[in-house]
Amino acid sequence: MSETIVYSAKKIITMNPSRPEATHVAVRDGRILGAGSLSELQTWGDVRLDERFADKVLMPGFVEGHAHVMEGSLWSKVYCGWFDRADPDGKLWSGVKTVDAVVARLQAAGAALEDPAAAVSGWQLDPIYMDNTTLTRADLDRVSTTRAVGVLHASGHIMNVNTKALELAGMLKTGHNHPGIPLGADGLPTGELKGPEVMTPVGPFVGFERNLLDADEAGLRNFAKLCVRTGTTTITDLASRMDGDTVDMMLRVTNEPQYPIRLMPFRFFLGLSAPELVEAVVAMKKKATDRLRLGQIKIVVDGSIQGFSARLRWPGYHNGAPNGLWYIAPEHLSELLHLALAAGVQVHTHTNGDQATQLVLEKLAPALQANPNPDHRFTLQHCQLADAAQFRLAAKLGMCVNLFANHHYFWGDEHYNLTVGPDRATRMNACRTALDSGVPMAIHSDAPVTPLGPLFTAWAAVNRITASGRVQGDEERIDVSEALYAITMGAAYTLHLDGEIGSIETGKKADFAVLEADPTACDPMELKDISVWGTVQGGRIFPAAEL
Amino acid sequence: MIGGYLGAGKTTMVNHLLRHAAGRRIAILVNEFGDLPIDQDLIEAEGEDMIAISGGCICCSFGSDLTAALIKLSELTPTPDHVVIEASGVAMPGTVALSISILPGFVLSGVVVLADGERVQAQAEDDYIGDTILRQLSDADVIVHSKTDLQPNDRAIEAVESWLQAMAPQAKIVPTVQGHVPPDIILGLTGPTAKPQASPHADAGYESLAFREIPPCVPEDLAQKLATGSYGVIRAKGFLRDAEGNSWVIQTVGRRFEAQRGQKSELGGVVCIGRRGDLQAAALHGLLGPAGSSSHI
Repeated sequence: MSETIVYSAKKIITMNPSRPEATHVAVRDGRILGAGSLSELQTWGDVRLDERFADKVLMPGFVEGHAHVMEGSLWSKVYCGWFDRADPDGKLWSGVKTVDAVVARLQAAGAALEDPAAAVSGWQLDPIYMDNTTLTRADLDRVSTTRAVGVLHASGHIMNVNTKALELAGMLKTGHNHPGIPLGADGLPTGELKGPEVMTPVGPFVGFERNLLDADEAGLRNFAKLCVRTGTTTITDLASRMDGDTVDMMLRVTNEPQYPIRLMPFRFFLGLSAPELVEAVVAMKKKATDRLRLGQIKIVVDGSIQGFSARLRWPGYHNGAPNGLWYIAPEHLSELLHLALAAGVQVHTHTNGDQATQLVLEKLAPALQANPNPDHRFTLQHCQLADAAQFRLAAKLGMCVNLFANHHYFWGDEHYNLTVGPDRATRMNACRTALDSGVPMAIHSDAPVTPLGPLFTAWAAVNRITASGRVQGDEERIDVSEALYAITMGAAYTLHLDGEIGSIETGKKADFAVLEADPTACDPMELKDISVWGTVQGGRIFPAAEL
Repeated sequence: MIGGYLGAGKTTMVNHLLRHAAGRRIAILVNEFGDLPIDQDLIEAEGEDMIAISGGCICCSFGSDLTAALIKLSELTPTPDHVVIEASGVAMPGTVALSISILPGFVLSGVVVLADGERVQAQAEDDYIGDTILRQLSDADVIVHSKTDLQPNDRAIEAVESWLQAMAPQAKIVPTVQGHVPPDIILGLTGPTAKPQASPHADAGYESLAFREIPPCVPEDLAQKLATGSYGVIRAKGFLRDAEGNSWVIQTVGRRFEAQRGQKSELGGVVCIGRRGDLQAAALHGLLGPAGSSSHI
């Protein structure tokens, strides 16, 4: 018979309402035999007591319901963000606060390169915090005039490049007439490239050659390290293009004995007609393993609020910007919802604006009547501007929401002052209203858009502090226990995994976040500062210090 | 660049175009395969991301990365003569078209937006897609008013056209049934050296006029007049000389025009195409001199 190990802990927060706390947990075959006292667990027979977690606090492994493997891939480039951020190896990169600091950091990276032709690539630049100062071609020429240099913004939609990069891409010329290519006084591009169409021709020369929606092997490994460091044991890749080679690579890597996470990639909806997409995803589902949960679809319905491309209902954008863009036609959305329901394929929909959310709600209702499926758990991702009526309707229709709690911290001030104005900014990512409306709720980071870290996300939902330090939307705060539920059971529910993970109770996977302090006992303002020792995933132990 | 909402007839028109390619090597780029982008009888071979079409044409899907697909096309040997991008039903064709301009080797020939005559006005009132429909129309150089055979009478067709013209004053409007629009309208004219091609749709109602001997002029002014004056010209292309004897190429589509310095070797002259009855031959003679040839296509 397999060995039974009992781990002692300072405290075990189970998220199982019938036994919320325990001191010991018994694990056999990578699953939880039970949680309780040592004497209770000894009734299972011979057990080995392992006391390595005796001074730790155990929680169910955190579940991140909206992230991108790209977060792992980007760390092969130079971090140029405003906020401090830890890399997959645990090194904390301080935020860069000035153009000179960005240049200096890129210079240092360039100096470390042996290949004289290699590009220097940076990521996560966010000029919003630098009084909207933009990097120019001349700034980046200080990094190098012989190497191509490119820095991707946090939005992922803008890139700054140097003269060499423009030259290599054949774009260093006058006569450009494109709103995405601002020109300097000399008539030449300033080096700022706005929008994917204008970034793509330069991408290969500045180290962004791959489509970032395709997971790469190194990125997949880095991503897993970040998960261990943040206590995350199950995470989504929302979404992936998933061609055959990528799926084979993902299967190979995730099935390695020491791969520490369970990954759930959602197939991006573009590229195939609706019937073919559903058929392909049904076929992919058959290849799923415990650690690679294939077989879901992600649809992007609109754009982003800070990019003014989200679809808003009346009265639209606060600054008068025209309404945003649809990324799928309503008829196409409807067809996909019908076919996915009929085939039993789960769909998560990206809707930032409230009009996009409304469209999904309106299209799902008839699709459900035609294809009844009481447990579909289709999930509104981001759903940032939903009002109470929309949350109530979502609950009635059996939908879940995954709200972007981190966004409120990073861009809340921007939304208050510019995009949607005080009233709607105050109710953005309305966790309180969602829970009161009875809609199953998760909260997320959308890493790499904001850093992966479920405890940070919980902190953001509990405190609703913006980057400038204001509490924005006091009434929409949730309490710590609700936030901890959201990053465990809440997210697991949106993924149809609540029977397998999300709590520490008999029968579930032995997935634990191993914490240095008790998140239910600390000041809620310190939730984000709790240290993570590492994880246990499927009974396998992953100390962050040994990654 | 072909735009227009779902069901406006983009695919039908593209297939008609492929049937009348007349030796042009056309590459069609579609968002995705699956909704039968190409009529079966035109297909010679099907690969995972490319369909070979009789007459040296091809069709590729670009999914979410148009620029990458265009770069790939530009690396083909031989390179296609024309690339026709069939945008998704919710894309803004003008925005997509702009991104073509930054790629070496590509020149935007025009933005053609289809409007389903029976539905477009109701679509424009729709809470969700109304503004998308209007923005698409406002991006057009040419609006193809499709499915006119489904309209009850000429008056209904005219009512739709005047509505379209009011919504998109910058565009020239052409009516169509089953996507029967001459390739010269969609792709652009090859210039006065080419003979007007014979068309099996001689009754389709288009006319082209060629003018061989154009006196020295201000090419940009002439292009502007052709594009914006009341000559009924949908597209024009010409090779001209200015007063100093420099060679110029002018092109117009809808109300958009451009004049660029050209090669001395090019044969002089201007070709215009428009709807028969709309094309103002007498006024064009006044502007450009005697017509060398005219044909109905």
